[in-house]
Amino acid sequence: MLTTKQVEEIAHTARLALREGEAKEFTRQLNQVLEKAQILQQLKTEGLAPTINPLPLTNVLRRDKVTGSLPRDLALANAPDHYGGCFRVPRIIE
Amino acid sequence: MELWQQPAHKLQKLLSEGEIGARELTVAHLKRLREVEPQIQSFITLTEEAALRQAAQIDERREAGEKMPPLSGIPMALKDNFCVQGLPTTCGSKMLKDYVAVYDATVQRRLRRAGAVLLGKTNMDEFAMGSTTEYSAYHISKNPWDTGRVPGGSSGGSAAAVAAGEVTFTLGTDTGGSIRQPAAFCGIVGLKPTYGRVSRSGVMAYASSLDQVGPLTRDVTDAALLLNVISGQDPLDSTTAPEDVPDYGKFLRRDVAGLRIGVPREYFRGAEEGVAAAVYGGIKLLEKRGAVVEETSLLSPDYCSNAYYIIAAAEASSNLACIDGVRYGYRAQADNLQDMYLESRGLLGPEVRRRIILGTYVLSGDAYKTYYLQAQRVRTLVREDFNKAWERYDLLITPTSPTTAPEIGAGIGGPLNLYPRDDYNVSANLAGLPALSLPCGLSQGLPVGMQLIGKPFAEGLLLQVAYSLEQETEYHKVLPDVVTADSEGVV
Repeated sequence: MLTTKQVEEIAHTARLALREGEAKEFTRQLNQVLEKAQILQQLKTEGLAPTINPLPLTNVLRRDKVTGSLPRDLALANAPDHYGGCFRVPRIIE
Repeated sequence: MELWQQPAHKLQKLLSEGEIGARELTVAHLKRLREVEPQIQSFITLTEEAALRQAAQIDERREAGEKMPPLSGIPMALKDNFCVQGLPTTCGSKMLKDYVAVYDATVQRRLRRAGAVLLGKTNMDEFAMGSTTEYSAYHISKNPWDTGRVPGGSSGGSAAAVAAGEVTFTLGTDTGGSIRQPAAFCGIVGLKPTYGRVSRSGVMAYASSLDQVGPLTRDVTDAALLLNVISGQDPLDSTTAPEDVPDYGKFLRRDVAGLRIGVPREYFRGAEEGVAAAVYGGIKLLEKRGAVVEETSLLSPDYCSNAYYIIAAAEASSNLACIDGVRYGYRAQADNLQDMYLESRGLLGPEVRRRIILGTYVLSGDAYKTYYLQAQRVRTLVREDFNKAWERYDLLITPTSPTTAPEIGAGIGGPLNLYPRDDYNVSANLAGLPALSLPCGLSQGLPVGMQLIGKPFAEGLLLQVAYSLEQETEYHKVLPDVVTADSEGVV
């Protein structure tokens, strides 16, 4: 069972601000979801390899050749703030 | 018959024979769109002027005697998670309200090269998380069969736009039923191809091991036509498969006699009576055509949906880390980086934040083993379960959804899987299989979808069987009677 405090911590880890009352509401809802998911414990899965991707493809390689990429002005076109060809964010180091 | 009522393959013929022009066709759809859009609200962005320009160019090229590509002049729309250079791509989120795509999704490039005319971008649940469009940050799209009901989701705008005759076809994405379920609710054809069949480059990701792009169309022939255009390996998406792309149109007229069809009983247990009756009715027609039908058993859909929600949430929590206000999207004003992240991402809707929190949790500490790893192992069971079925059957048939379209606000949209409406759909995503929803009847005046599930890369067979059934029914020709601004005036 998740506690409200845990949900607040997870939200912070995921960098999500919660609105008034949401921590409690989300805790209740997520516990319902996790309770339902307990059904998965009924299935015998010992020794089974987990499926990460349904496609039987591994090591997709291409020739080591330089190809075009997104031009810098387009990459920056939607930036909320940029300077000198870089994305700018609020100061990190005092 | 009005132009907006016709499937692409019929319009294609009218266009190539010079009966109609591309501009004329675009104008006809824009007129229809203006009449019904106030009621249906399928769109987030309209691109009328660009569409008219593109259509006029197609007419000029045709008049100049150029050999025209297959979709030249056919009006279409894309779900708003497909990037189209120079157009807003919101993903149904306020976070991306002002985001303008800087490149085209591969499928949009292929469609444009094929001559399809883009009329706009369609509504969806925020970041494709939802099954009704009620989680769109913009508005709720309405079901053209009954505007008091949802069109399904998350590709709800895409399904409603086709059903209402606003466009001839659309593309959607399907992570756990998001093409098939709205197609079923709106009475049209929806196809989720095999994982790896269609490029996802330039399509915003929800859960990368499950997401697949596919068409929503008026009939099966159009689905084959579209799949021909959008399928195939793409150097920009390393998860696309190297398998050859056949001409899917060639499958349509093949005989279904002798094909072995499995009908898993677990997928009928929770279905409404009217839904089950319509699907069984369709199955009988296939039997009449010589298919060999047998009841069978699959892992209960309840296990699949619980595994699905864990895996999808985990992948989403990772994928959506890029929505942080650093490189694009909404940025909250804050004095420090930490608060900037927190407050910017706080703009995400509650359902998206719930799923990110769940996903972050199931990837952490002990929960990783209990939930995430177990869900991935169950995913292996699901695949093995299907592999066993393929020893005996060529395809499986189930209802697409246990119900018809629910009323708006019925609360079934969420949160998460508490009131699931995609239980029957997620197994195909977990196993990466192709699955198609075909209109197979009505229940109390609302469309019912039949789901056909096939082996990897057996899209051709699904189209073949769906087409065969379509020949026995008229459901693909029945269009909803949308009350337009004009007809309201008459009453």
